[in-house]
Amino acid sequence: MKKNQPSSRRRLLQLGAALGGGLAARQESARAEESDRRLGKPLSAYGERSPFEKSGRSVRLTKTPEAGSSGTPLGDSYGILTPSALHYERHHSGVPNIDPARHRLVIHGMVERPLILTIEEIKRLPSVSRIYVVECGGNSGGEWGPKTGSDAQRSYGLASCSEWTGVPLSLLMAETGVRPGASWILAEGADACRMQRSIPLAKAIEDILLAYGQNGEPIRPEQGYPLRLIVPGWEGATHVKWLQRLKVTGQPHMTRDETARYSDLMPDGKARLFTFVMEAKSVVTFPSGGQKLNGAGLYEITGLAWSGRGRIERVEVTTDGGRSWRNAQLQEPRLRIAFTRFRLPWTWDGRQAVLASRATDESGYVQPSKQALIEVRGLNSGYHFNGIKLWKVQADGSVTNADA
Amino acid sequence: MPTHSVLFPVLLAAAGLWAQTPKYGVGRAPSPEEIRALGIIVAPDGTGLPEGSGTAIEGREVFSSRCAKCHGAKGEGGDAPALAGGQGTLNTPKPRKTVGSFWPYAPTLWDYIHRAMPFHEPGQLSHSQVYAVVAYILHLNGIAGEKQVMNAKTLPKVRMPNRNGFVADPRPDVGRIQK
Repeated sequence: MKKNQPSSRRRLLQLGAALGGGLAARQESARAEESDRRLGKPLSAYGERSPFEKSGRSVRLTKTPEAGSSGTPLGDSYGILTPSALHYERHHSGVPNIDPARHRLVIHGMVERPLILTIEEIKRLPSVSRIYVVECGGNSGGEWGPKTGSDAQRSYGLASCSEWTGVPLSLLMAETGVRPGASWILAEGADACRMQRSIPLAKAIEDILLAYGQNGEPIRPEQGYPLRLIVPGWEGATHVKWLQRLKVTGQPHMTRDETARYSDLMPDGKARLFTFVMEAKSVVTFPSGGQKLNGAGLYEITGLAWSGRGRIERVEVTTDGGRSWRNAQLQEPRLRIAFTRFRLPWTWDGRQAVLASRATDESGYVQPSKQALIEVRGLNSGYHFNGIKLWKVQADGSVTNADA
Repeated sequence: MPTHSVLFPVLLAAAGLWAQTPKYGVGRAPSPEEIRALGIIVAPDGTGLPEGSGTAIEGREVFSSRCAKCHGAKGEGGDAPALAGGQGTLNTPKPRKTVGSFWPYAPTLWDYIHRAMPFHEPGQLSHSQVYAVVAYILHLNGIAGEKQVMNAKTLPKVRMPNRNGFVADPRPDVGRIQK
């Protein structure tokens, strides 16, 4: 059908020209035809997305752009996987440029057999691939304040989900052995600040990965190339990137980034230490802040839910500001500690509506409201905000953040 | 300090497996020099602190040339966080978290400055310069005297005001549990 259109159009135009339609029109049509049929780009070694697609990470330019964060454009996402190029960033002293041939991982401290390994040697070991969400402990930190984030990316975007490939850390710990009294590991990156975090050794046995693969290719430099920790369900800063050493110890090291930072200050002046797990959370990604509905009628509400404690069991959606909730459909398979995509058809009546989602995980934990969080933790804990996110659909179809 | 005693049964269960000889035999033993080359690791009790020493008087000079541009001449903050003040504010509506008001361990301060500061050229300060800057920051917070010498012996003895200001993670603390 479509194939015939140009030729029939050409006949029409030829007729038009014959009838004195003019040269200009004829040239115009020739150009249009050319763009339809011009040969496309040749083969290429590494693909790029369509030039029509502009979605990107939210980079805020500061005086120290090497230390900061950029969020994943959740509002533009489909499914559960985050493209590697859009995975959120959180760096403390920039992205190092590491030659994998020269990079080494050293495991030492309270071990029977200290080890130094090349990347090539690590890749020889039995590997696994797992889909996991990684979320910054400071994701949604702005939501504690009175002015909530205007879109999903800038308020909930320091969370991304990838398939990670690597070696279970337990396997390497069995190679080194551990001495009596060993209970923590200190992980260190090869970035300029030598980022360090302490992690209980028990978590290493349970499910930590030494990852070198992300979404089918080597991990991106921004994500820790050539080697990083994946610490399933725990705050992003523990997933130490550009990993260069693991020191097995008998105590946590109380580094700056686990005491002065990434601890949660309570109203009584005490700060919670080692608040590792990222609790159940969800956000509606469509319609969400900054988007626009094109008139009343049918839409599919969709969003993402995840929990550091395991599988998402239920996501409820409200379109009336929390007066009533309906169960959304969950995309299978629902993976532990991964994004779960939820969907709910909705017929918008064209009047103002307040939308939100509420996730329940397999432990039975139900995502709380912002008010419930503040009641217990006050306004200054900074990290680990997992409250319900409200969006307001205005009568003109525009969507903004809503402060309850 | 929070304990993680709940984790230890898991460790004990795994101990048998870990005592075995290596199964895959990848890699090799690093030389002491290869481990040293990675740099110093400092524990909160001061283990790992190297030789060298400094006072606040010496630290003031280093601080003004290498740190003050971002942290302010007296550590009051600027483009980078405040390092001094804030004691007594943690339980108020406007808490100010600084080295003096918030950090629990003094050796950790040496570790962080040595590892990560100055921001644009980390690792450039000598060990004694780091001790001196630490002494100056502690002095700015009223924790150390101007002439007090900071070194591997004295720094672990410095008692930080907020040493007991941290508690274990009690979560889940908010959010209904649906059975």
